[in-house]
Amino acid sequence: MPLIHIKNVVKTYDMGAELVHALSGVSVDIEANEYVSIMGPSGSGKSTLMNVIGCLDTPTSGLYEIEGENVGDLDDNQLAELRNRKIGFVFQTFNLLPRSTALHNVELPLIYAGVPSHDRRALAEQALVSVGLGDRMTHRPNELSGGQRQRVAVARALVNDPSIILADEPTGNLDSKTGIEIMQLFSDLHQQGNTIIIVTHEEDIAAHSHRIIRLFDGKVASDVPVANPLVYQKA
Amino acid sequence: MFRFYEFKEGFRIALVAIYANKMRSVLTTLGIVIGIVVVTLMATVIEGMGTALDKSISSLGTDVYYLSKWDWFGGEWWKARNRRDVTVEQAEELREKLAIAEAVVPVASTWQKTFKYRNRSVKGNVNGTVPDYEVTSGVVPAEGRFFNLYESNAGRPVCIIGHDVARNLFEREDPIGKTIKIAGYSYRVIGVFEKEGDFLGTSMFSKDTQAFLPLENFLKVFGSNRSIDIHVKMREGVPKEDGKEEMIGIFRSVRRVPAGEENDFGINTQDFLKEVFDSVVGTIGIVGFLITSLSLLVGGVGIMNIMFVSVKERTKEIGTRKALGAKRRSILIQFLIEAATICMIGGLIGLAVSFPLSLIINEILPSSMPLWVVVLSLSISIAVGLVSGIVPAFTAARMNPVDALRYE
Repeated sequence: MPLIHIKNVVKTYDMGAELVHALSGVSVDIEANEYVSIMGPSGSGKSTLMNVIGCLDTPTSGLYEIEGENVGDLDDNQLAELRNRKIGFVFQTFNLLPRSTALHNVELPLIYAGVPSHDRRALAEQALVSVGLGDRMTHRPNELSGGQRQRVAVARALVNDPSIILADEPTGNLDSKTGIEIMQLFSDLHQQGNTIIIVTHEEDIAAHSHRIIRLFDGKVASDVPVANPLVYQKA
Repeated sequence: MFRFYEFKEGFRIALVAIYANKMRSVLTTLGIVIGIVVVTLMATVIEGMGTALDKSISSLGTDVYYLSKWDWFGGEWWKARNRRDVTVEQAEELREKLAIAEAVVPVASTWQKTFKYRNRSVKGNVNGTVPDYEVTSGVVPAEGRFFNLYESNAGRPVCIIGHDVARNLFEREDPIGKTIKIAGYSYRVIGVFEKEGDFLGTSMFSKDTQAFLPLENFLKVFGSNRSIDIHVKMREGVPKEDGKEEMIGIFRSVRRVPAGEENDFGINTQDFLKEVFDSVVGTIGIVGFLITSLSLLVGGVGIMNIMFVSVKERTKEIGTRKALGAKRRSILIQFLIEAATICMIGGLIGLAVSFPLSLIINEILPSSMPLWVVVLSLSISIAVGLVSGIVPAFTAARMNPVDALRYE
């Protein structure tokens, strides 16, 4: 059984005057511990596909199963619970709570999972150490650099031990050097056994992954493995 | 399902958000602050008047009827004006016939006479009565004594004065045995009453500013062509209604009121004070209630408005929280707690403002802010917060995470 099973997924938006087909029959399977990039020009449906995979949205028709669980049947609260347990989000704009410390930001998913505060703190500290921010736990986002902020976001995505880490243009707001550091972090996480899906329009970024799915006009245009994924050596 | 961590997180977020917008939050609570100040002061005043009423009632004596040409409270004064006077003779006849009465005491009064001692003078009411006045009033002089039957019957020029009269005329001097002038006539002071205090800002019903003379003397000096009051105190064990009926029946016959006609005299009790009190409290209550509800309404709308702003500003945060697994309920609770906390802060500010004011009120009325008022006003504040926060909180809770995340 694949980790993600997407079969003939259609997503249609009713824009009043016309129906917009963001996804028109997408089928993709992703196994555990894959490192996949989803690419495509704007309007190709890659954001919609990401929203569906991330359980932020449900397909209009078609089947989406994550670890055998049919997402299409779930209501709002069940989706929230599923996201909490199985998806770790990394956003282009980091989306940290500006007035909370790094530690509290990382604790958030655990709060919604109902983890007791003592365990919460230990898990959050562990996640921050694993992204190299053990000495920045009590800093607020505005006291951190862009790269450090994105590391906090990655720690937050990791802390619930999710099935998938889903990153939407994770280097879009970073300079190239910092971007490379973040990609290095993703490679490490992949090697540690995590499943990583990155949505991007940059070939350089996609070159780090092991498989590239290209979308065009709401359909899968190509789905090919990467011959030699880029791996930066630690300096 | 109740989860404590959601409240804790909600409270934490609320405090952070309020702290980040200190000025905005405090200004928003203005309506709540005014509402709470009004409601607490109103309660303090009513409480203080209740205490004052209790003191006044005890100063008037209990279970005493005051028969008079006039109705003290209510009644139709224009009818009362045409009634025949209540006379000393009628009082005497009633005393003889009303066996169930412990004391029947005629009291004649005149207003605003000048009391004079050496170069000091003060104005007050003068009453002429008999020794049994001690029984009906339930008060004995704190210093000296009341006049006795002999002094009363002989119409001796002696007087008992109220506390304020004594203090104003004599300062530190001992008044007992001194001779004062009342309306130009000389009287020897033989007793001074204890201080009774005011009711509703007037000493009208207290003996503090008055003087008491033997009735015989009073009628000679101030004239006998007047309507008097009769104070009737029943014997112990006489059932209240029966005693009253019998008294009315006998007094009707004394005044030759034909059967079937209504009483041509007023039957007053201290209950009238209660009626005055209730009507004053009622007025204060209605006015206070209107001001309170109006300011709480305005305050509530203000809170609702600021909560809509807060929700809008934090759309992206809401999206993020939802992506991380926050359910609708978590978001709803978060914003409800924020609204309730803002209002509670408003309530606390209101209490901080009204507490010193209640101390000032305390100078006029013997009262302090009761604890239940503090609890009540904080509860009202929180309730206003919850009511006005519910719609914005629902808006936040129902947001679509995809749209919320995309919001800039």
